[in-house]
Parts: sequence; C-alpha cells; structure tokens
Amino acid sequence: MGKYIVRRLLMMIPVLLGVTFIVFFIMSLTPGDPAAIILGDQASAESLAQKRIELGLDKPLLVRYANYMGNLFRGDLGLSYRNQLSVAKQVWDKFPNTAILAIAGILVALLIGIPVGILSAKKQYTFMDNSSMVLSLIGVSMPNFWLGLLLSLLFALKLGWLPSQGMGSGFFGLLRSLVLPALTLGTGVAATVVRMTRSSMLEVIRQDYISTARAKGITEKQVTNKHMLKNALIPIVTAVGLQFGHLLGGAMLTETIFSWPGLGRLMVDSITSKDIPMVLGAVIFMAVMFSFVNLLVDILYAFLDPRIKSQYKGRKAAIRKEVTV
Amino acid sequence: MKPSDAKKQRTLAAETWRRFRKNKLALSGMIVLLALVLIALSTIVIDLVTDNAIYNNYVIKQNLRLRLQGPSKAHIFGLDEFGRDIFMRMIWAVRYSLFMGTIAIALSTVVGVLLGSIAGYYGKVTDNIIMRFMDVLLAIPSMLLATAIVAALGTSLTNVLIAIAISYVPTFARTVRASVLTIKDQEFIEAARAMGASDLRIIFKYILPNSMAPLIVQATLGVAGAILSIAGLSFLGLGIQPPTPEWGSMLSSARSYIREGWHITVIPGLGIMITILALNVMGDGLRDALDPRLKN
Repeated sequence: MGKYIVRRLLMMIPVLLGVTFIVFFIMSLTPGDPAAIILGDQASAESLAQKRIELGLDKPLLVRYANYMGNLFRGDLGLSYRNQLSVAKQVWDKFPNTAILAIAGILVALLIGIPVGILSAKKQYTFMDNSSMVLSLIGVSMPNFWLGLLLSLLFALKLGWLPSQGMGSGFFGLLRSLVLPALTLGTGVAATVVRMTRSSMLEVIRQDYISTARAKGITEKQVTNKHMLKNALIPIVTAVGLQFGHLLGGAMLTETIFSWPGLGRLMVDSITSKDIPMVLGAVIFMAVMFSFVNLLVDILYAFLDPRIKSQYKGRKAAIRKEVTV
Repeated sequence: MKPSDAKKQRTLAAETWRRFRKNKLALSGMIVLLALVLIALSTIVIDLVTDNAIYNNYVIKQNLRLRLQGPSKAHIFGLDEFGRDIFMRMIWAVRYSLFMGTIAIALSTVVGVLLGSIAGYYGKVTDNIIMRFMDVLLAIPSMLLATAIVAALGTSLTNVLIAIAISYVPTFARTVRASVLTIKDQEFIEAARAMGASDLRIIFKYILPNSMAPLIVQATLGVAGAILSIAGLSFLGLGIQPPTPEWGSMLSSARSYIREGWHITVIPGLGIMITILALNVMGDGLRDALDPRLKN
C-alpha cells in the first residue's frame, strides 16, 4: 500500500509540472506591461525598465517559469499587483473558506445522492424511481448559479430564513450562512450521484450472491448496506472524485453569488482587476488541489476494493519471484 | 424481429434512428432542440432582412419608464432592469448559447479527433507525448482552465470559444484514441494496408467512421457542458458582454435587481435549463440507440 501511494505521488510530479507550465504560459499571454500596471501611467521610462528587470520580465519565458517554480517550492507565489501583498498568503487565507464550502457541497451531494439512488434502484420503475430520475435529470441540467439565485430569492429574500450574503461568524452563524451555498454547489453533484448510485446498484442487485445472502436469512438492511452498497460504491467514488473539479469551478460562481470569501471569489476579483500573479497563484493552487484529490480518490479505491489491493500485492509477489529466479 | 427483417441490410444510421425513435423522451429532446435551432436561425435571418431594425428597436432598446415591470399581456416575460422586453431578449439569446456551444465543441472535436487518432494509430512515443499532454490539460478543471484563458486573452466571443474548445479537447482525444486502439488491429485494416492504402486514408476512411458512435454521444453531451460553461463565464462577466442578449449575462445583471423583480432571475435560467435538458436526454437516447449493450 505504501509503495502504491509513493508510486502515485511520483507519477504526479510530471503532471504537476505540466499543469503549472501551461497555466504559467497562458497567463504570460496577457497583453499589457506588468511594470506599467504596478507603477501606474505616470511612471518614467527609466523606472519602468527598472521594474521590468526587477520582475525578471527581460528574461525568456522558460527562465521566468524556472524562477517561479523555484520560488513556489519556497512557498512564494510573488506579490499581488493590486495591494502588493504576498499572493501565497492571500491564497492560503482564503483556502479554508473554499474547503469548507466544497466539503459541505460534497456532503450535501452524498447525503441526498446515495440514499435516493439506493431507493430508486430497489424500487425500480415505481413512481418513486421515476420521479427521482426526472428530478435528477433536471438537477444535472440546471446551471448551479441559477439555482443559487433561485434559492436566495426564495429562502433569503421572500422567506427571510437564511442569510444570502457572506460568511457568518460563530458555529451556528457559519452553519446558517453555509446552507444556501452548500445546497447550490451540492445539488448538481447530488443529481449525478443519484444516477450513478442507481445504475451501479442495479448492476449488483440481481447478482447471485445477493440471493444467497437473503437465503441465509440476513436482514434486508444488512443485504443492502453490506452486500450491495459496498460493491456498488467504486463507480460512485469515481464520480464524486471527478465532480470535485466541477466543484472548484462551480465555487467561483457560487462564491460570487453568495459573496463567500473564498478562493473562487478572490480569483474572479483578481481577473477583473487584471491582477495576474494573483490569478496565476490561485489557478495553480486549485489545479494542484484537484490533482491531490484525484490521488486521494485512487487511494480510497484500494481501501474500498480489496481486489485492487490484492492485485497490487499479487504483482509485488510476482516481481519478487522474478527477482529470486 | 421478423426473420425477413433480419435479412434486410440497414445502415448504422437507419438502425440507430429506428431505435432512437422508440425513445419518447429522447425524441422530445430532439424536437425541442430543432425548435431552438429554428428560432436561432430565424433571428439571424430577421436581423439580416431588417438590417438589425428589430434587434435595435426591441431587443436592446431601453425604456426606463417601464423598468422591471412584471409579465403582462403586452410583454409576456416582463421587462428587465432597463425596460427591455425579456421575451425578445430570450429569443435573440438562443443563437449565442446554441451556436457558440456547438462551434466550441466542433472545434474541440476536430482537434481532439486529430490528436486522438494520431496517438492511437501511431502509438509508442507519439502516443505518449500526445496523451501525457492531454493528461495535464485534464488535470486542470475545465471551468478553471477556461477562466484562466479568458482572463489572459481578454473577454471576446472568439476568446471564449477558444477557451471552451481547449478545455474539451482532452475528452475527445481520449474517446477517439480508445476506439482507434480497438479498431486498428482488426483484419479489415490490415487488408486496407495490404492494398496499399496510406495511413491518412486508413485513419479517415476506415478507422474514424467506425469510431463515430462514442464520438457523437460525447459531442452531444459536450455541447450541453459548453453551453453551461459559456453561461457561467458570462455570469462572471468574463463571457459575452451586455447589451448583447445572452442567458448567462442576463442572469448576471439580474443579480443586482433580484429584490425588485423575480421574473428577471427566473426566466433566463429556464432558457438555459430547457436547452441543456433537451441536449442531455437526446445524448442519453443517442447512446442507448448507438450501443444497445450499454442500456441497463
């Protein structure tokens, strides 16, 4: 297991180098002179040239990238154009807020998605199944920023039950302010999880070992939870892992609607004010996060499915055999 | 199926259509989509014929006296924050979402097909270089990638198109590569090669037509995703700019007036949802019709 994780971590290095380079390259295409943006229109040609050298803009792209990466490993993402503060610090300050939102969104998705999906599969083609399928189809097709607007229209403006802007303080304040953004972010994913859970449960539900389990006299609850769900969980985990990327993209929209002080909003604000180092830092940070979540998902597989683990063990044994022979 | 039917040779398209037709949900999705295409085309024709007169006088013309008026007989969807008729704006917005989504996906399909078939067909180093690059692109969430591209290049119709197209290329490259790999070792390919067909001819004439099925499904669902991304970018102010009517940017400006009228928030979203819904059910139906084995 440890070796598997190490190998996956090593495989991530070239991908992360590629990701950072692509993002760096894209952002370097931005028109306009960063020196002029920092110093303003009144700056003299000399101070502009001075600033350009200071920023390393006189060097070729690859050198600048190498410097950037060198600094990145020391936790330095440069200074924001807007307020001359450390990009890394601002990204790091906002990250917990986005993480809270993303985790809450995933929780919403799982808490709605898995039970509804199981029920749907067990009662296939009943009214309950059909209505949950229609609802999940609508959920998948609904732009989540629109859902966010509708939710705040109804629950914040019409009924006045929940706040629609900002992040509350204190545990209950936070929880109250989290409800609408989390629902907004989680509903679309929930719809995908429902569809995924239903179809992978349906694949399991008619297997012989399920009949065997029932014949042995195990309660229906145990059959569902232990025998069906455990086997159906792998595709669901994959779907949720992939959806995490959408969540990060969706966070930009959701955070904008609810004025949630997270990375997404920081990024949108930085784009509007043409704060390139900030955008670069935020995008790289989110892309790296996404890669790590994918890694976690892969590791989670091995825990969920002993077959994957034993496959790996089998290969290790085989390699050892080859070496000794 | 009657025995006489079995003998009848059907083309893949005819066979698919026969199966697709039976799926009422998918069929209604297709009808809705055709209606939307028709609407989009007619607005373009109307603009050409009237020299934008209707567009200027009804779609972007402001009437501040009547701003935020709710739905009425004269204006069935009501008026927006500048007193513009929302119904007219909805109708004129169809083409942006629909055609931009389609063009973006068409672009990424072309690039994806080229890269995927080259990677799959030639294998080895070529495959490795192309697919590792695709892996890297895939490791950046698509909305994030699109946002970064638009942030760097600036907001214009073309840049949004390029951004969305690039973020979808890896999906298509992977799909095509996978089906090229299953096809390229079959005997009819070897036969074609024995007859002296060039690589290009083999790829375009023999391999690609046989890998169309997953590609068509992917493209249909891709258009839905692209429309959502375009609307999302416009909502953030990074896509299509006002006063051009586009559903996402209509929602974006509605946000500031959400307290003053529900209709400006609800209606543009419905437009997006109906379009995506139609594409999704049609895509699902196509997948089932093209490959009945996948249906459970």
